[in-house]
Parts: sequence; C-alpha cells; structure tokens
Amino acid sequence: MATMKPATGIADLGGDEGWGPAPVPDANEPVFAEDWEGRAFAMALLSMRLSGTNLDAFRHSMNVLDREQYFDDGYYGRWLYGAENLLMDSDIIAPGTVEARAVNMSGGTATEPAAPEPNKPDYAPTAAGSIRQLDAPQKFSVGDRVRAKAQQAPGHTRLQKYTQGHGGVVAMVQPAQVLPDSHAHFVAENAQWVYTVEFDSQELFGGQAESFTLLTDLYEDYLEGV
Amino acid sequence: MAEQLTVNDHIPIQLRTEALEQLLVERGLVDPAVMDGFIKTYESDVGPLNGATVVAKAWTDPEFKARLLEDGTSAVGELGFKGPQGEHIVVVENSDAVHNVVVCTLCSCYPWPLLGLPPSWYKDPSYRARVVKEPRTVLAEMGLDLDSATDVRVWDSSSEVRFFVLPQRPSGTEDLSEQQLAELVTRDAMVGVAEVSG
Repeated sequence: MATMKPATGIADLGGDEGWGPAPVPDANEPVFAEDWEGRAFAMALLSMRLSGTNLDAFRHSMNVLDREQYFDDGYYGRWLYGAENLLMDSDIIAPGTVEARAVNMSGGTATEPAAPEPNKPDYAPTAAGSIRQLDAPQKFSVGDRVRAKAQQAPGHTRLQKYTQGHGGVVAMVQPAQVLPDSHAHFVAENAQWVYTVEFDSQELFGGQAESFTLLTDLYEDYLEGV
Repeated sequence: MAEQLTVNDHIPIQLRTEALEQLLVERGLVDPAVMDGFIKTYESDVGPLNGATVVAKAWTDPEFKARLLEDGTSAVGELGFKGPQGEHIVVVENSDAVHNVVVCTLCSCYPWPLLGLPPSWYKDPSYRARVVKEPRTVLAEMGLDLDSATDVRVWDSSSEVRFFVLPQRPSGTEDLSEQQLAELVTRDAMVGVAEVSG
C-alpha cells in the first residue's frame, strides 16, 4: 500500500477565480455523453472493492491528480485516473500497465509489466456507509459560534480552503460520520459529529461580496469554539 | 485505431478506458455484465423523475411534506428512494423569501437516489468555484434572476449529507393531479438553479 500522498489542492475549487461564465444547463443532455464515460464510471465504482479501499480513499485518489488529469477529460476522466490510482496503490495493477496496454491496442508495441502481488490496506469498515452511532456528546450545539480551523491537512480533507479561518454559526447537527481525513488513509474511522455551519458571505469574501448565506458541513475536528 | 501510439504519447481517454477494462476483465477482476448493469441503472432507472415524484407528493400531501422536511431520508424512503449517495438526505424548501441552491465545491456530491448522476453544469469548475462566492451572478448566467430581497442560501455538500431543494409550486396549478405536477418539475429546480414554471 502506498504511503499517504498530500492533496495537490486541485479539487478544492470553492472561491477560485478565472473559470469564466457558468454553463447554461441542457435539459436533454444524456447521462453519459460518450460510451467511455459509462465504462469509466462503472470501473471506478468497482475499483473501490477491488482495491479494498473506500469512498474517501477514492475521493483522495482524485485530489492527488495533476491539472491535466483532473480537468482535461472532465468528470469521468478524473474518475478513471482516480480508479487507476486506487488499483496501483493496492498493487492490483503495476504502474505503466494501462499505458502499455493502450499502446498495444493502438497497434504499437510496449512491454506490459507483470501483474503484481496485491497489497490491499489492512482495513475493514466497522459498518456499511459513513454514518456511525456515536455515544460521545456533541461538542457544539445549534446557535453556537464556531470557527473553521486554518489547517493544512497532511493528506485528505473535506475542509475547504475558503472556509478556513472564518467564523460562522452552527445551523444543524448532522449524524456522526467517519472522518474522511483519517478514513481515506485507513488510519481510523474516527467517527465524529458533523455540523452544518452557516457563514455570512461577507465574512468569507469581504465587504464587497454579494449578500447571501453559505452553509456547509464541517466535521467536529475542523472546528473550534469562538 | 486511428493512430499507432508509443509509451511516450498521451493516451486518449477513450482508449485508456478500454485498456483498463480489457486488463481487468482479462484478469477476472471485473465482469463486463456487472458494469453494464451499473450503467443501465443510472441511464434508465435512477434519475430526476424520482425527485419529481417526491416534490409533487410534497406539494399535494401536507403530512408528507412535513415528514420530508423533518426527516428527508425516511420520507423519500417511503417512496422507495434509497441507495448509494443517499445515506442522509436533508430537504430545504424554497419560498418567496428564501432561495436555496446546492453545490459540491470539492468534487460533485449529489443525491443520486433522487436525481441520478449529476449533469455537466453541476460538475463544471465554473459552477463549483463561483456559486459559493457570487451565487446571484452565477444563477443569472444560468437563466435565473432572483429578486435582490430574496435570501439566498448556498449549500456546499462536504460530508455524506445530501441536500435536495423543494421548489415552489407554481401558481395556477391548483387543478393539476400529482402526476401532472411531477411532469412540471425539472432536475435543475431540485438543485436550485431554476424555478418550476406552470
């Protein structure tokens, strides 16, 4: 199993500039625009089981992609590259195998690495899904003022950079869930309470920002009292 | 195949996908029929019609609507809607005063059991980056002009909770049946980038 790879930050898009106008929705677009997208989708779902990993690891497998892999072939392109990462991390396929096979399929000649001995993470979930029963008391309650910590996670995280360091108010307490930061790396489920925190747009983006309310789910470890 | 490649070439994504599938099938790790089943499920069975059914029922059955807003997961489960990406559903209601809109800035989390797989605009970097920073501008670009007095609430899905928007019932639809109402409800209205028109 591969060691913890730091996220590149490529997926953390909230608040980014320079993306141009929003797309106009097409009510009649197909679920999969091209056949390969459906195949990539299905293989990505299966890759979690094949690699003995989980949904958080799959999300992280996309957060370590480079810019071209993440964006150039769209959503299912990054799913495919992410699935390959999971399969390589668990030694289901050796690095270079997919490329060599593609070359051979194109009529070229490339030597394909032998199938390695699988090396899946030493990990088993304590229950299905991500929600867990938790006896620990909730650290925060609805109405509490909190701040999203400013922290650079060593690996996976769901704490967006645009919320970090900003203060808000707990709007809802959600079911306890496994912590993606540790679960993605098979360290521990670390189940904890999750809070929907309400932020004022001008607290997040300054006094010139449009007036609106931003709500997002933050795991208890992401928050500190104010 | 159009072009003979070498290992130094960029592999087109379509070929790359075929190569991975061929490898996994050859090694007995993946059954193409299982893949076909996943694809068919989301092409044909699980899509926005599920969500539209929920909305139409909420518009016509006040007790269901109350349960839906109180415990979305259990209320949509009554109609048989559950499964991957539907572990915990929270329903937020639009009104004259409040407009809710949903995004996932970190990937593209979406309530699959109610809406199927996300449309391309939802996965677009521009939508993901900007709707949390300038939602009124983004919604206007997408065709929805909101009154400046409307309270805009943007929900960024970052845990396994999935948010679902209950749109406003359009006026002049008092005589329509639940089935007819469901036909009016669009995917985009249930994410909050459109309103339902009568």
